[in-house]
Amino acid sequence: MALKSSVSLFRLNRIKQAIRLVSTKSNPELSHNAEFPGAKAPYVSEIKFLNEFSYDPIPIYRVIDNNGEVIDPREEPKIDNETLVNMYKTMTQLNQMDKILYESQRQGRISFYMTNYGEEGIHVGSAAALSLTDLVFAQYREVGVFLFRGMTITELVNQCYGNHEDPGKGRQMPVHYGSKQRNIVTLSSPLATQMPQAVGAAYAFKRTPDNDRCVVCYFGDGAASEGDAHAAFNFAGTLECPVIMICRNNGYAIATPTREQYRGDGIASRGPAFGLNTVRVDGTDPLAVYNVVQRARTLAVKNKPVLIEAMSYRVGHHSTSDDSSAYRPVEEIKQWMQEHNPIHKFRLYLERKGLWDNEAENTYTKDIRNFVVRTMQDAEKKKKPHWKEMLEDVYYDMPPNLQKQTQQMEKHLKKYKEHYPMDQYLSD
Amino acid sequence: MTTFITKKVLNLNKFINHVYNSSKRLSSHFIYHPDNEKPVEGNTTKMNMMQAINNAMDITLKNDPTAVLFGEDVGFGGVFRCALGLQEKYGRDRVFNTPLCEQGIAGFGIGMATAGATAIAEIQFADYIFPAFDQLVNEAAKYRYRSGGQFSCGALTVRSPCGAVGHGALYHSQSPEAFFAHAPGIKIVVPRGAITAKGLLLSCIQDRDPCLFLEPKILYRSATEEVPVDSYTLPIGKAQILREGDAATLVAWGTQVHVLLEVSQLAREQLGVRCEVIDLMSIAPWDAETVCNSVKKTGRLLIAHEAPLTSGFGAEIAATVQEECFLHLEAPVARVAGWDAPFPHVFEPFYLPDKWRCLEALAQLVKY
Repeated sequence: MALKSSVSLFRLNRIKQAIRLVSTKSNPELSHNAEFPGAKAPYVSEIKFLNEFSYDPIPIYRVIDNNGEVIDPREEPKIDNETLVNMYKTMTQLNQMDKILYESQRQGRISFYMTNYGEEGIHVGSAAALSLTDLVFAQYREVGVFLFRGMTITELVNQCYGNHEDPGKGRQMPVHYGSKQRNIVTLSSPLATQMPQAVGAAYAFKRTPDNDRCVVCYFGDGAASEGDAHAAFNFAGTLECPVIMICRNNGYAIATPTREQYRGDGIASRGPAFGLNTVRVDGTDPLAVYNVVQRARTLAVKNKPVLIEAMSYRVGHHSTSDDSSAYRPVEEIKQWMQEHNPIHKFRLYLERKGLWDNEAENTYTKDIRNFVVRTMQDAEKKKKPHWKEMLEDVYYDMPPNLQKQTQQMEKHLKKYKEHYPMDQYLSD
Repeated sequence: MTTFITKKVLNLNKFINHVYNSSKRLSSHFIYHPDNEKPVEGNTTKMNMMQAINNAMDITLKNDPTAVLFGEDVGFGGVFRCALGLQEKYGRDRVFNTPLCEQGIAGFGIGMATAGATAIAEIQFADYIFPAFDQLVNEAAKYRYRSGGQFSCGALTVRSPCGAVGHGALYHSQSPEAFFAHAPGIKIVVPRGAITAKGLLLSCIQDRDPCLFLEPKILYRSATEEVPVDSYTLPIGKAQILREGDAATLVAWGTQVHVLLEVSQLAREQLGVRCEVIDLMSIAPWDAETVCNSVKKTGRLLIAHEAPLTSGFGAEIAATVQEECFLHLEAPVARVAGWDAPFPHVFEPFYLPDKWRCLEALAQLVKY
């Protein structure tokens, strides 16, 4: 029956085509695509709803397996040995710093901290593939990127203590790092706000003559639900900006699992919808992240924006204000820590190449631990900035109302200084 | 025949009255008082406020190769024609449309400014700036402070049409300056006409802090003045005394300045008093010194703004003046403002702090 009717339809179409050939007017119904300005698409005569099951899930690119073995030798990146070791050292540094600063928060020595456990591979893999002149916008769990770009543990620790050597002048909470010198835009707490900003910065780069820089923007799977993420993807696509958007999908936004964050195929599936070149990568594999970001960079500097979704697992608590055992099984954490540990995997890879061994591991870990502890002791002893820094930098020049308020506070402190922790701060 | 003519004339009269009444409903509630003094020497040309703004942006795009202008429908000249001809002149990469997303426009502008470019962003109506509130208050305003001066988005200017327009109702009439005045780090400027619009906009664009430039949209076409052709700036944070007087100080900004100029005239004729009229021009930082000095002289203060009374910027001025001028005040500070209701459609003539409401408040103030 179906066949028959299609045969007769076929005949009818032949006649229609013949008519069209002799007619001077073309029949719009026969054109392949509909002519709506909003989409280039053909007509169909059958209703078909699309949903998350309409497409295959976007696959996860990887280079090494959980034992650090290269899966396809053609995909092994050509990274010099020094850089490879530097990548590993950065991960270890970060890991040791996380452990010690986390503990110091538990002891009340700093007010707040966030660890990077389980996501170190995303940091060093991406940072190694970037140019130091590329501008980085981050969320807060990307400290490995900063370390790899040359920020020192001393600078990071000073920020956490808010002492007078913190370039942020002690104004922000711990882990809100920033470094003009290393092209790392200072972090802020409101989630996803950096995303459209990164796109705007990329547009400014695009307009500079002979541009060879791009902008890299990191964000989590939870932040991707913010309106600003939508804005950023859409602006990046329509304004063709040299930007790489890197999503760290670690399965949780504080206590909210991804199942309650979205129903589509992760964040990556949104990319093509905005006209972004999109790829998904194993974030516990630094080499895979390196390859993907390196390729992304060649596209981005040609003003072809890229979205990368790096899959990982947030091994640590969300922050020092969070106990993640309240919303996820401890076995789950353990499994990820053991089987997909990016540091461990990368170490096995380096050991296979003869670039690292137990002795190097023990010496380096011990050195770093000592260094972090010493740095913390130093940072703790340093005074906090002068209280007047509280009212500086609000504007480029201090307006009259702030001048007046500075004088008011000065007068107040003269009279009541014993009620304030003056000795902990620099003074005139 | 006569009756027919009479009837016709009567009908015509009816028609004229009808047109007059409808135009009264839709017409502006103020008489525009053009600026007669030139802010700088040199040639001038007749411009309305829209053209003066266009001219300021033209000068910026010409002199600053990093400067860009963007927003919704900016490419074809903007819905109020402020960007008219600029895309043809400077190219699609410098004057362009963005997707319809205010938080994106603000965030994008902040990013551009952070990367060292001059960004002029347009929010189509100030009523639609609230989706960008987070970007402007939490990000733009705090960028320099939180980074210890390492980064700033001082090269960002956000322009937005604001204020009553006769029939704009809830979402084409708002004056949101007080919301932003509570955010340290951002500057807020409102011009009263073509000359001030050009000078203040150029100041905002060149200023090293992020600026919100609110353009009273009812003035776009009605405010025509002899505007200097060359580039010039007017200082941000400085008020202007437009009329000298001794009986009371009248403070306003934007369109409302013209209302108060008329009120001062009415006060002279009806109350026989001379009022000092001040255009605040900058909401943040605002010129407390000029206002307080005036109040110390007159002993009385009336503040008028279109935005609702409660927590409007008038409250900040009133509180500061009572603190600074307590011994000089002869009467409580008067505030005439929009009522504490959303901005209505058909009730606009009853909602606005028009000259009659201001005059009555002034009469009470003078005889207190």
